[in-house]
Amino acid sequence: MIWLHYTRYELLRTFRDRRLFLFAFGFPVVLYFVIAAPNRHSHDFSSTGVSAPLYYMVSLSSFGTMMSMMSAGFRIAGERQVGWTRQLRITPLSVRSYMRAKIVTAYAMATTSLLLLYICGLTLGVSLPAGRWLLMTLLILIALLPFGVLGVALGHVLTIDSVGPATGGIVSLLAIVSGTWFPITHGFLHDVGQFVPSYWLVQAGRIGLHGQSWHALAWAVVIGWTVILAAVAALAYRRDSGRV
Amino acid sequence: MTATATTDAVRVEGLTKSWPGPGGPVHAVRGIDVTIPHGSTVALLGPNGAGKTTTIDMVLGLVRPDAGSASVLGQTPHDAVQQGLIGAMLQTGSLIRNLTVRELVKMLTSLYPSPMAVDRVIELAGLDEVADHMTQKLSGGETQRVRFAVALASDPQVLILDEPTVAMDVEARRIFWTSMRAFAATGRTVIFATHYLEEADANADRVVLMAQGQIVADGSTTEIKGRVSLRHIRATLPGIGSDELLTIAGVTDVDRRGDSVTLTCNNSDGALRELLARYAAASDIEVTGARLEDAFLELVADSEARQ
Repeated sequence: MIWLHYTRYELLRTFRDRRLFLFAFGFPVVLYFVIAAPNRHSHDFSSTGVSAPLYYMVSLSSFGTMMSMMSAGFRIAGERQVGWTRQLRITPLSVRSYMRAKIVTAYAMATTSLLLLYICGLTLGVSLPAGRWLLMTLLILIALLPFGVLGVALGHVLTIDSVGPATGGIVSLLAIVSGTWFPITHGFLHDVGQFVPSYWLVQAGRIGLHGQSWHALAWAVVIGWTVILAAVAALAYRRDSGRV
Repeated sequence: MTATATTDAVRVEGLTKSWPGPGGPVHAVRGIDVTIPHGSTVALLGPNGAGKTTTIDMVLGLVRPDAGSASVLGQTPHDAVQQGLIGAMLQTGSLIRNLTVRELVKMLTSLYPSPMAVDRVIELAGLDEVADHMTQKLSGGETQRVRFAVALASDPQVLILDEPTVAMDVEARRIFWTSMRAFAATGRTVIFATHYLEEADANADRVVLMAQGQIVADGSTTEIKGRVSLRHIRATLPGIGSDELLTIAGVTDVDRRGDSVTLTCNNSDGALRELLARYAAASDIEVTGARLEDAFLELVADSEARQ
């Protein structure tokens, strides 16, 4: 159970970082109130049939959690920079345990971010049937796995200076392609989007907006990308034994 | 550790490593052989680019050799790491943030099968006063001592320190070496790379001198100094220019500080006779043997001349 000990300190370290609280958790919350609060009485937002607070709660859930998951890369790049990753390699901590600790920490961040948005939603009068809310949350969490793995891979490939812009760019691009900000129902973006895991992350959120649960393609895309990215992350970790 | 009592702490055979460079491969380590018996304290000396850190990285299993092998207490580097037999303070490195010193040490000890007690690590590294401080609030010297503590966490039989006192002031260095000697006194092997020759002289039983990827000298500090025929004559001699002193037969270098001059000589007997004959005013004369620094410079220069 070495990895549990290690994960415990990873969590302690991560949740002690005040700047991280401010930006990773604060930013989506502020954004939510800025966008949703003025429209809080709109019960049929842009003819979607749902209220504006619910619509934006769902949109920001996918955006905020994706960012939180990928923040694993920031922490890894920072640890490489100070030579900590090399120090860890001369301990018995296995690659598997290391990855597990990183992913669990990323999930802790994403779950916190999600819960905060739900609480914000509640304060603006969002209400959903418990079953729908639960299914949505469950599928969002599953859809986040490839992004945690991607964060780990980027953290081992990029430097502390480049990981920020790269992650921000990737998340913004994926958010557009996947219909986070405005629904994409047809055309080229729609066709491409379906093969990107964030599309299904957004779709998982849409369950809250009377959307459908996942079908086979969704599972295939999410699992497929997780497997591919995990292989890339493992390769990146192995190749990254040198001095930074 | 009865099984390892008769085994060498580190055995390196034909170890070779090249890195790709802009002008063709850089031969960092060129087939070196070293055997270090368990319980000894060995200094690894050499100028920058001598191959010290690459050698250490191969002994730790961080870098795979192109040829040859390294073993630690009869095991592969990987197995030695898994069992916590070897600990290291790597050359580059700082600490991760947002943990106290004690938490960081606890985290490390929790990774090993039979670690050193957390309190013992903190005591040995001289960290009692800062044990509850956050790692990002420490001074440079304290940070280095925490890195030393990290290396001790597994209660290693073999401890490797790559330039451990870089960034430490004189007092911090003194405290550090006291800690290191306390650890070495428990019968463990300590191997350290350093630029500070006086550290090697004061703390090591044996010096391995590397230059350009090869071992150019290996022995006790006395033996290594003895390989160099240089001696120094120090005298108080006001008003005589360095250029003039250089004309004395057997003098290779002159260093003047105020009224005091130090002559580096390859024939000190002849030089001393001539000095006394020429300058009746010369007083306070001392003749000393070669310093480790002289041996170092001469052996490294020889190695470069041969390339």
